[in-house]
Amino acid sequence: MKILVPVKRTQDPYVKVRLKPDGSGIDTSNIKYAINTFDEIAVEEALRKKEEFGGEVVVVSVGTQEWTEQIRVALAMGADRGILVDTGGKYIDHVILAKVLAKIIEEEKPDLVIMGKQAIDDDANQVGQILAGLLDWPQATFAYKVEVNLQDRKAKVIREVDGGLETVEVDLPAIITADLRLNQPRYASLPGIMRARQKPLKTIKIEELGVDLTPYVTIEKLETPPPRKAGVKVKDVDELIEKLKEKKALPF
Amino acid sequence: MSILVIAETRNGELKKASLSAVTCAKILAEKTGLNYNILTFEPSEKAKEELSQLGAEKVFVAKGEHLKNYTAENYAIAVSEIAKKVDAKYILATATTFGKDLLPRLVSKIPNSAMISEVIEVIDAETFKKLVYAGDIISTLKIKSEKKILSVRGTAFDKAGKVDKKSDVVEEEIKENYTRKRFITLEETKSERPELTEASIVVSVGRGIKDPENIKIVEELADVLGAAIGASRAVVDAGWLPNDFQVGQTGKTVAPQLYIAIGISGAIQHVAGMKDSKVIVAINKDPEAPIFQIADIGLVADLFQVVPELTQKLKKLKQESAG
Ligand SMILES: Cc1cc2nc3c(=O)[nH]c(=O)nc-3n(C[C@H](O)[C@H](O)[C@H](O)COP(=O)(O)OP(=O)(O)OC[C@H]3O[C@@H](n4cnc5c(N)ncnc54)[C@H](O)[C@@H]3O)c2cc1C
Repeated sequence: MKILVPVKRTQDPYVKVRLKPDGSGIDTSNIKYAINTFDEIAVEEALRKKEEFGGEVVVVSVGTQEWTEQIRVALAMGADRGILVDTGGKYIDHVILAKVLAKIIEEEKPDLVIMGKQAIDDDANQVGQILAGLLDWPQATFAYKVEVNLQDRKAKVIREVDGGLETVEVDLPAIITADLRLNQPRYASLPGIMRARQKPLKTIKIEELGVDLTPYVTIEKLETPPPRKAGVKVKDVDELIEKLKEKKALPF
Repeated sequence: MSILVIAETRNGELKKASLSAVTCAKILAEKTGLNYNILTFEPSEKAKEELSQLGAEKVFVAKGEHLKNYTAENYAIAVSEIAKKVDAKYILATATTFGKDLLPRLVSKIPNSAMISEVIEVIDAETFKKLVYAGDIISTLKIKSEKKILSVRGTAFDKAGKVDKKSDVVEEEIKENYTRKRFITLEETKSERPELTEASIVVSVGRGIKDPENIKIVEELADVLGAAIGASRAVVDAGWLPNDFQVGQTGKTVAPQLYIAIGISGAIQHVAGMKDSKVIVAINKDPEAPIFQIADIGLVADLFQVVPELTQKLKKLKQESAG
């Protein structure tokens, strides 16, 4: 089974993101980068399916040369090869990204695409669904559990939804987007890191794919939300109740 | 040209969260001079009645045997057909898991369209604000596609209220059926308590509770207050509470009148889902816990001592005020 996993380079989730003092963009001086948390879960799931069925895991990033760092991490975890679609730093929106991925998928013809449900930088939660629509493939978003039946070319996916857990069945090829509880990603081992250096990593220039690169959605401004005013500390339960009464926060 | 709002139902009942998207549509209608229509699926008679009282030009009900259970694939086909019919320039829904799953699927179905997720503010006909980086930053985005798809953050817009004028309810038969995905089951989380995103009080529990057995301490407090129960990711990951209890960047967004965080450290991903609550109370034994930076009222204490005490004293207060 061939599985394709799109991977984004994002900030480490545990650092606070700040704007540059002049507000012109994100202050990247203190940012550590990592594979987007959800994409890392997607890589792990792809590796587990490969362990179960054999085949190949291909990792794709659409970004700058620096992103090869994250592709190498995925290769070190066990993915077989990487593709970087080099944007040269050009801004692309989600529709362009989905169209670029669709081109790569038409070329690679995977049986399954597993990707993160959202990126923890722009928090959009769009690309998997747009991509599934473009390919007219079924989508199983917010996956909590994935069972593939390769013989029948089907997958049963349990999804995390607002009301609880929903089970759907999709025919392959399909797009699956990973939620937090799908698995616990492995760490890249030292031998894995060594092997990753030898694994193929191809670069394609984004302009070569024939996708219109004029964005529909552009970022006009970034700003910091007004901070919540610091409150008070109370010494005990009685004082807590007094304060709640003062703020009229109790229903009785 | 018009605006199309997709209203979500569950077991026939209108999801109140959808009323936030209606409010956002009203704001857009004012700014653009367009009318808005509502589209829904599988509504009960009561839901139809409610939807017909929201000031929409028309309420469409998409019909089809294959629409009985939700799939993004089939619902997207229906939405794009109705969108075409009403020449929708904007398509809106609230960013529940339904809206998040369905709306981006429309992009390929609707020529010259793009999407912005989780809008928190309408600036003008093509400029909107949304939160990024788990809420650390607000981004102002411009969307220049001819057709604009917007998911709406429920807590950022009031719920639309009733108007006097009644809209016509029109049924539309949808024929095309996407068969490569099948709905199998929905295992619903059953609860007697109010729905998390709709409750006016939320009592939320974190890893500090230590053992699933102890969750009853928090449940007792919630029941005195008539509150919903929420949780941090840590508690859900541990399997102590179901997934749809999670509040945060990647769980639910809530903004109740009162949010009580018990044994929750206050990681940005958690705070992203609750910082618009009116009054925030934090109970945590670590005075340095980041939750205190955003709490209106903080109590540094062992939750196993103070939460039962709080429950008892509130119970007494409740009885006194009733009697
Ligand atoms: C991509 C990503 C997305 C995420 N999304 C979410 C999300 O949507 N929602 C979410 O909640 N988290 C999310 N997280 C996880 C988040 O970063 C934190 O790990 C999580 O919120 C921590 O949960 P907690 O506060 O319950 O646990 P901890 O951080 O372990 O805090 C437990 C707290 O309990 C206190 N405590 C312990 N014992 C007691 C006692 N006896 N009395 C009083 N206090 C006590 C401790 O002092 C501590 O502050 C996400 C993380 C990532 C990377």
